Amino acid sequence: MASVSRVEGLPARPRAHRFLKHEALTGYAMISPALFLLAVLLAYPFALAVYISLTDRLLGEPGKLIWLQNFFKLLQDPLFRQTVWNSFVYTVTTVTLKLTLGLLLALLLNQEFPCRNLVRGAILLPWIVPTSLSVLTWLWMFDSLFSVVNYVLLGLGVISKKIPWLGNPFWAMASVIIVNTWRGLPFFAASLLAGLMTIPRELYEAAQSDGAKALACFWFITLPLLRPVIAVVVLFSTIWTFADFQIVYILTHGGPLNATQIFATMAYDVALAAGRIGEGSAISLFLFPALLAVIIGLLHYLRREE
Amino acid sequence: MRHRLPRMLKRMLGLYLPLAAFLFFALFPFYWMTISAFKPNRELYNLQAKRLWIQEPTLEQFHELFRKTTAWQWLWNSFFVSGLAAFISLALGILAGYALARLRFPGAEGFGLATFITYLVPTTLLFIPLAGVVQRLGLSNTIWSLVATYPTFLVPFCTWMLIAYFKSIPRDMEECAMIDGCSRVGALVRIVLPVAIPGIIFSGMFSFTLSWNEFVYALTFVSDTTHKTMSVAVPTELIRGDAYFWGELMAASLLGSVPVALLYSFFMDYFVSGLTAGALKG
Repeated sequence: MASVSRVEGLPARPRAHRFLKHEALTGYAMISPALFLLAVLLAYPFALAVYISLTDRLLGEPGKLIWLQNFFKLLQDPLFRQTVWNSFVYTVTTVTLKLTLGLLLALLLNQEFPCRNLVRGAILLPWIVPTSLSVLTWLWMFDSLFSVVNYVLLGLGVISKKIPWLGNPFWAMASVIIVNTWRGLPFFAASLLAGLMTIPRELYEAAQSDGAKALACFWFITLPLLRPVIAVVVLFSTIWTFADFQIVYILTHGGPLNATQIFATMAYDVALAAGRIGEGSAISLFLFPALLAVIIGLLHYLRREE
Repeated sequence: MRHRLPRMLKRMLGLYLPLAAFLFFALFPFYWMTISAFKPNRELYNLQAKRLWIQEPTLEQFHELFRKTTAWQWLWNSFFVSGLAAFISLALGILAGYALARLRFPGAEGFGLATFITYLVPTTLLFIPLAGVVQRLGLSNTIWSLVATYPTFLVPFCTWMLIAYFKSIPRDMEECAMIDGCSRVGALVRIVLPVAIPGIIFSGMFSFTLSWNEFVYALTFVSDTTHKTMSVAVPTELIRGDAYFWGELMAASLLGSVPVALLYSFFMDYFVSGLTAGALKG
């Protein structure tokens, strides 16, 4: 109590001023370690990425500035064009699948049933476990000779002959899409479930007493109220999927015939396997416009929510 | 009675059946990983055997794995890197998160926005130049390259998560402490941190998991067998050319998956509440 009265006795302005200055100094001191780290290991490498992409640097050779030639060369390269196309197919298909199935799963998990928490936890498992290790399991499940997926589907009579999962271009793309959906579905389901739980029950009760059917409730209450969560989840997943690496790297390594080559795997092959660092850097930078679009989209949504 | 049967049927078709299908899809790969790890080779590669069950369970895949490789070392590397990276990120994230949640200073909003944006930057955008930076720092081919670089995506995550937690703590509590002579840092340590424990645990666990699972940086920066982490060592060291030792691969995958699955099951409540908070705040 003594200290409070002493504070009150002081003239207000100078103290407030001193306090604010002190507060600002404390603030800078507290953010400086994080700022330093991000400047050295994030901002600087990014600037470096832009610079390297403008050179013809090779592994072990510094190279010289060739300006935009890497980019022009890439845009004319049929392999790169295929990579762009593959990346779009991969991203659009998996995000659509994850959103549709995720919404369905969230609606199911939002209902009452026995062992609900256990089931909710189990559903999250594919998202928690190291992707490289679970994708290895999928590689084994898609094995050309011992595929257990074919074994089960044949046994159930769903298919009449073996599917060449990783063996032909169409099924290889289907395989990476299935595995990406498997891995990303929990994130969609959990986030959408969290969104569903915030929708007040009274809204549905009111609608039902006015004679609304389940489908109408979903269309006119659930979907509109879930829109912000859907937007955020879709934007996050878009950039993650677009920049994905390990699922394709382990499952198909971009093959067969580059049918599943996407930006990150091609950048890795060109920069580190073939040693063309400049060109590889340019490929990686093609992810930047997508990142920028996602950031703008997210900021737009977050602003609107505020 | 006439009313009850269709209702149960409806519940069966509308809830339990699709839920079972989703559970099967989510969990079957783990089931397959587990049973493959405990099968002897003669059963693993026998198309006539009962494939969805183990007839003669054995530990021989694990014995072979430890005899042929340095799997213990990989596990230890994963623990060391993930633990240290999570700890560093948590420390930096607590400081930055608290400053952004509580203190007013010019540039605070810009920095907050910057951390959010950096959280979205994919590792595949930066791995090529970062390999050069790591080399110049003298860290290439050591686990320290990972301890240094993982915080670049963990610090933004921790900061962003913790801002939300710190903001939910009433300001009055620290102000009372500070009026009673506590410094800003004292108030943070004694008043704010104890209340924010759930948020801190969630951020720490999740950072640990993200580091444990990281693949691109670990693949690019480390090439020595003994310095690899589990997530990279298993797919790179156990596959030699065209030879896939599936039993050992699945045994190693199981070993690399169990720690995070256990961690997750112990702290599931924190995970679920943290995920919920994160999803809502976006």
